[in-house]
Amino acid sequence: MEAFTTHTGIGVPLRQSNVDTDQIIPAVYLKRITRTGFEDALFAAWRKDESFILNQAPFNAGSVLVAGPDFGTGSSREHAVWALKDYGFKAVLSSRFADIFRGNSGKQGLLAAQVAQDDIELIWKVLENAPGTEVKVDLVSKTVECGNVVAPFDIDDYTRWRLLEGLDDIGLTLQYEEDITAYEATRPSFKPKTLPAKVDAR
Amino acid sequence: MGKTLAEKVWDAHVVRKGEGEGANAQPDLLFIDLHLVHEVTSPQAFEGLRLAGRPLRRVDLTIATEDHNTPTLDIDKPIADLTSRTQIETLRANCKEFGVRLHSLGDKEQGIVHVVGPQLGLTQPGMTVVCGDSHTSTHGAFGALAMGIGTSEVEHVMATQTLSLKPFKTMAINVEGTLRPGVTAKDIILAVIAKIGTGGGQGYVLEYRGSAIRALSMDARMTICNMSIEAGARAGMVAPDQITYDYMEGRPHAPEGADWDAAVEYWNTLHTDADATFDVEVDLDADALEPFVTWGTNPGQGVSLSAKVPSPEDFGDENAKAAAERALQYMGLEAGTPMKDIRVDTVFLGSCTNSRIEDLRAAADIIRGRAKDPNVRMLVVPGSARVRLEAEAEGLDKVFKEFGAEWRFAGCSMCLGMNPDQLEPGERCASTSNRNFEGRQGKGGRTHLVSPVVAAATAVRGTLSSPSDLESAPAGTLTGIAV
Repeated sequence: MEAFTTHTGIGVPLRQSNVDTDQIIPAVYLKRITRTGFEDALFAAWRKDESFILNQAPFNAGSVLVAGPDFGTGSSREHAVWALKDYGFKAVLSSRFADIFRGNSGKQGLLAAQVAQDDIELIWKVLENAPGTEVKVDLVSKTVECGNVVAPFDIDDYTRWRLLEGLDDIGLTLQYEEDITAYEATRPSFKPKTLPAKVDAR
Repeated sequence: MGKTLAEKVWDAHVVRKGEGEGANAQPDLLFIDLHLVHEVTSPQAFEGLRLAGRPLRRVDLTIATEDHNTPTLDIDKPIADLTSRTQIETLRANCKEFGVRLHSLGDKEQGIVHVVGPQLGLTQPGMTVVCGDSHTSTHGAFGALAMGIGTSEVEHVMATQTLSLKPFKTMAINVEGTLRPGVTAKDIILAVIAKIGTGGGQGYVLEYRGSAIRALSMDARMTICNMSIEAGARAGMVAPDQITYDYMEGRPHAPEGADWDAAVEYWNTLHTDADATFDVEVDLDADALEPFVTWGTNPGQGVSLSAKVPSPEDFGDENAKAAAERALQYMGLEAGTPMKDIRVDTVFLGSCTNSRIEDLRAAADIIRGRAKDPNVRMLVVPGSARVRLEAEAEGLDKVFKEFGAEWRFAGCSMCLGMNPDQLEPGERCASTSNRNFEGRQGKGGRTHLVSPVVAAATAVRGTLSSPSDLESAPAGTLTGIAV
């Protein structure tokens, strides 16, 4: 994973709460078996509407999405994060993220920065009054800057550290392989195994 | 101090405790007892293993099935949609390469991943269960800690059989009282979501408790835990009891002999201690519950079926007001319209929420001897091939077919429309599934989430209806309703 320290780019105000993952990427695009190439799928249904914000310059070149509360609810599809990244987004700001979406973002180097709703409202106003204003997201100081607005954001320390270092999760865990093996030796015999396969005789 | 059920299961799976305390603590490394796999969220994970040259650590704790893309008609023919077919074929190739057990389309054990695990007896109390699907919370009905994960985590579990997780907070959902006839588990969970909101459970594991929960069957408990994610919670749980054990006993992968006795002894410890405390408690009165239905485009936008479509002005919060306005526009509804006046085009009985045998029985009991509204199409999609066989053995397929419903093969189907089962733009659907998001069941489709008995009554009348709205119920009709 690429390390993340700071990013500055055009902010996109998305004045909507409960942006669920079916909106971020409709299910029909989940049939692909690749991990990249989802830029066309991002907000696919909404982008058919010409007035949608990503169809307007300069927002179409945006890289910091500023959304309402409860962003990324619904399905666990990591494709939602892939689509945002493939389109060019580096960070999403919201006052509340769905747990699975936030986890997926952390694995993929997309910064999910939790910003108080009052500050989101101020940033929306700046971005709407002066389209094309850049938002600076600083993971080191955990602050966002947009016009005259400077606001702190929350992110858990472990995710922040992994993002700053650009660390691969599986590699980190495999350092503890001996612990995993030791745990496996203690599992009770009544716990089920999928193999050999048993099926209903009926 | 005592522990909650969730804390007990968590503590029993810690491979390595994260260093540090409080907010600065590193995550714990938890062992995963069962990894369920399907075709949509796994191809990139298998590819990741391949690229890194890593084996799948525990194929004996992994099982795959085909569900999201599978057609529910002509299952003996090649899948017509080429991208769907490629995804299914990719799963087959990956399972073969890595040695993963797979139940393919046409197999008696194929079906929705969250129906298959429990019916095989692979889902057991006290386990950790994960799957690249948010409705993995379903398995919490057994007192398992079960949660949906993203594809990076799928790859992590494949490679290490563990997950790095930060401890959750705990929330008790206390449901006391007795459900009235025609009120079901689905109505409980829709009411819970409407009460705490789609983000209310965020960061929590929910534990459903109280006399109304204890009275529920396993199928009904699965319905409730299934939709925990719709309240923002990654997991929901019910403590195991005799109802759980009776469901488990004799299933293909249930423990046997001395193992069964040892398992039950352990399972009996899996309850929240009397002196344990939850971070939050929420109470719901089962006696007062009515059949519930959603009017908007998120599962928290629900009301009693006897209520009216709310007005945006009813919401104090500006965001909720804007969301309601947008939802009404998308749904083509006017504030103040009685919910029961809303006419539907389609009724969908299926999904990991409500496609188990009791759901089909409850719906069949409502429609038996009645006629379908001629303008409504009804799709019945059993959750698994096994459920389909069981229903056919009981003659339920005939009840549905005589009524005029379509009797389909198993899969996720119209819950998310990855296969050909989709709504047309503007089409309105009473659906027993779990999400009423914009476009979820097909582009422009309009979804009202309901219970199986409300779905059945709606198919009879053509408008959103509860079983009590039906005229002259044939004798004995209501006795089979699952609560």
